[in-house]
Amino acid sequence: MTDATLSSAASAAPVTERKSKSLLEADSHTRRRNAAETRFRFYGIGAVLIGLFFLVALLWAILSNGLSAFTQTSIPIDLPLDKAAIESAEKSIVKTSKYNAMIGAALEKKLADAHIETSMSEKDLMKILSSGAASTVRDFVLANPDKYGTTVPFQLLASSRVDGYLKGRVTRAALANDKNLDAAHLDIVDAMMKAGIIAKTFNWNFVFGADASDSRPEQAGIGVSMLGSLYMMLVVLVLSLPIGVAASIYLEEFAPKNRWTDIIEVNIANLAAVPSIVFGILGLAAFIQFAHLPQSAPIVGGLVLTLMTLPTIIISTRAALKAVPPSIRSAALGIGASKMQSVFHHVLPLAMPGILTGTIIGLAQALGETAPLLLIGMVGFIASNYPDGVADGFFSPNSAMPAQIYEWAKRADPAFYERAWGGIIILLVVLMSMNILAILLRRKFERRW
Amino acid sequence: MTQMPGTIKAAAMTDTKISARNVQVYYGDTHAIKDVNIEIGARAVTAFIGPSGCGKSTFLRCLNRMNDTIDICRVEGSIDLDGEDIYDSRVDPVQLRAKVGMVFQKPNPFPKSIYDNIAYGPRIHGLVRKKADLDEIVASSLQKAGLWNEVKDRLDGPGTGLSGGQQQRLCIARAIAVSPEVILMDEPCSALDPIATAKVEELIDELRENFTIVIVTHSMQQAARVSQRTAFFHMGNLVEIGDTQDIFTNPVDKRTQDYITGRFG
Ligand SMILES: Nc1ncnc2c1ncn2[C@@H]1O[C@H](COP(=O)(O)OP(=O)(O)OP(=O)(O)O)[C@@H](O)[C@H]1O
Ligand SMILES: [Mg+2]
Repeated sequence: MTDATLSSAASAAPVTERKSKSLLEADSHTRRRNAAETRFRFYGIGAVLIGLFFLVALLWAILSNGLSAFTQTSIPIDLPLDKAAIESAEKSIVKTSKYNAMIGAALEKKLADAHIETSMSEKDLMKILSSGAASTVRDFVLANPDKYGTTVPFQLLASSRVDGYLKGRVTRAALANDKNLDAAHLDIVDAMMKAGIIAKTFNWNFVFGADASDSRPEQAGIGVSMLGSLYMMLVVLVLSLPIGVAASIYLEEFAPKNRWTDIIEVNIANLAAVPSIVFGILGLAAFIQFAHLPQSAPIVGGLVLTLMTLPTIIISTRAALKAVPPSIRSAALGIGASKMQSVFHHVLPLAMPGILTGTIIGLAQALGETAPLLLIGMVGFIASNYPDGVADGFFSPNSAMPAQIYEWAKRADPAFYERAWGGIIILLVVLMSMNILAILLRRKFERRW
Repeated sequence: MTQMPGTIKAAAMTDTKISARNVQVYYGDTHAIKDVNIEIGARAVTAFIGPSGCGKSTFLRCLNRMNDTIDICRVEGSIDLDGEDIYDSRVDPVQLRAKVGMVFQKPNPFPKSIYDNIAYGPRIHGLVRKKADLDEIVASSLQKAGLWNEVKDRLDGPGTGLSGGQQQRLCIARAIAVSPEVILMDEPCSALDPIATAKVEELIDELRENFTIVIVTHSMQQAARVSQRTAFFHMGNLVEIGDTQDIFTNPVDKRTQDYITGRFG
């Protein structure tokens, strides 16, 4: 102590000498340092701006390409359900052609009522409507036998070319070598527009419907594959949360720190970095070829994604457990709590926000994962109907949102391309809701004091 | 008790609560406690003093087997509590810690309400059946810790919302709520200001009536104020133990003398 005071007194002289400079003007060293700091601030702002630019560009691309998938052109047609006509149609071999004739007649009548002149044949005229129109009507008729003899208002989908024309995707020039639609059809569509008997409405079917075959993009929806994703996420959540949290608690709080736990730790970290397609082929070999679970089923997809999500959950849970101050553990042990009591009563509640956030981020990753699903066959035009009940939901073939988007992007018809972008919007909205949920949960469970 | 080492002045001893024989502690290869023999009297305050790193905390943690939670730590020798070896393989450390409570250097209340902080121990040990009994324990523990008047209107408030000194007294109240026989305190006042320190010291003096207290401290004045007996540790050795007054007025060992006169440490 005394030594220290002495030495500072001895060095007092040079200190006063340095102090003689005025503080009012910065010396060259300070100026250089300030300049460097200013430069760095500009780099930072520049980096943020570049990031923002790409974000805006991305959002703009997605919205401008995808929003049109949320509207769909349809034509309201009043269809008299004549009992005799229906019965004869049901007796014939190609039932839909008879229904087509009924619809065609109604469409012709509608055009005539609106004073739209056309020399087109009834069959040719039907190209304005979706090729699925007949089965839509037939499904309704079979489901509602009590409506025979009445006139039922249908909202029939226009064909994807007509829809594309109204959305500006299809031009007259492009129709020159298109055998699905002629320019003459477009004249009629223009006239129908003017007469107000064709309209774009919100496309609920896109959000809630099932995928449709290659030739009927106007009917394709993402709803069923969204359900497939939901079932997969349920499997992932139910398996990976308890397994992941239990593993982390054991590793973090109970396991001795030795070579074995080090090896396990390194391997978990490595697993998190394994490409997802590897998990896909593992799932194919283990769950389908070995365990004989059904192909393309959400249960298998869920199992594969569980494998992928586990490392994420374990890593984030361990980080959350590590972040709990050790003093809390000692406090509990110090008054005679057992190890388990200290973990479950004190450490785990404090780690909960971190665990939940990690879990939701893991789930969000799994939700957006496509590659492993391709390998277990959860892709392609698979489910044209909603599953019957919960068991069917897990075990019958289905697709998942990202796989469905991939499938649409792959198909030739540009109408599907629009749906791929639309699907991306829905996927992003779901992911964003999950993130918001994560934030809300975090807030709720955050230490209140 | 007959094999007590000669360094201990039997005159100051009341009953022996804890007696340690040939205790060695290793952290991996580090020999942190070297062959310590000590007797700690019942219903008295024993202070451990010594330079930083000499093993005071290590030895204190041996007394309630908190060292068990450190993987690399190894304890040899025997430590008897009321004549029973606490390192016997049949002893459950959790049960031991209910008997030998601990207060830490940094106040560490649970992030729960003041009430729950105190009630937690009695709850997990199944000390009470009725809510009324629990209320009673909470109130009496807080009273004994001299905190009751300050917090009786905010028992539902957060324990972490108290001042540092109040938090430390809350931790002491939490420790006495499970009615331990021994309370270990590792530098309980080092994070507190002089006024809060005075309060805690006063509290320790009162608690002496009912509990056996072992306190580690860096403040010689504190050791002189609160303890009846003082043990001086140096580099893992127990150099000297005796009546506090004797240790501070005429220490036997040169190292003790150097330490209390501020020559090192
Ligand atoms: N967890 C641990 N792992 C390894 N070595 C440790 C550990 N805890 C303490 N030690 C070592 O044991 C010796 C005694 O440490 P201890 O904490 O008991 O000292 P102390 O007397 O309490 O010191 P202070 O007064 O600074 O608190 C020191 O050399 C320390 O480095
Ligand atoms: Mg210490």
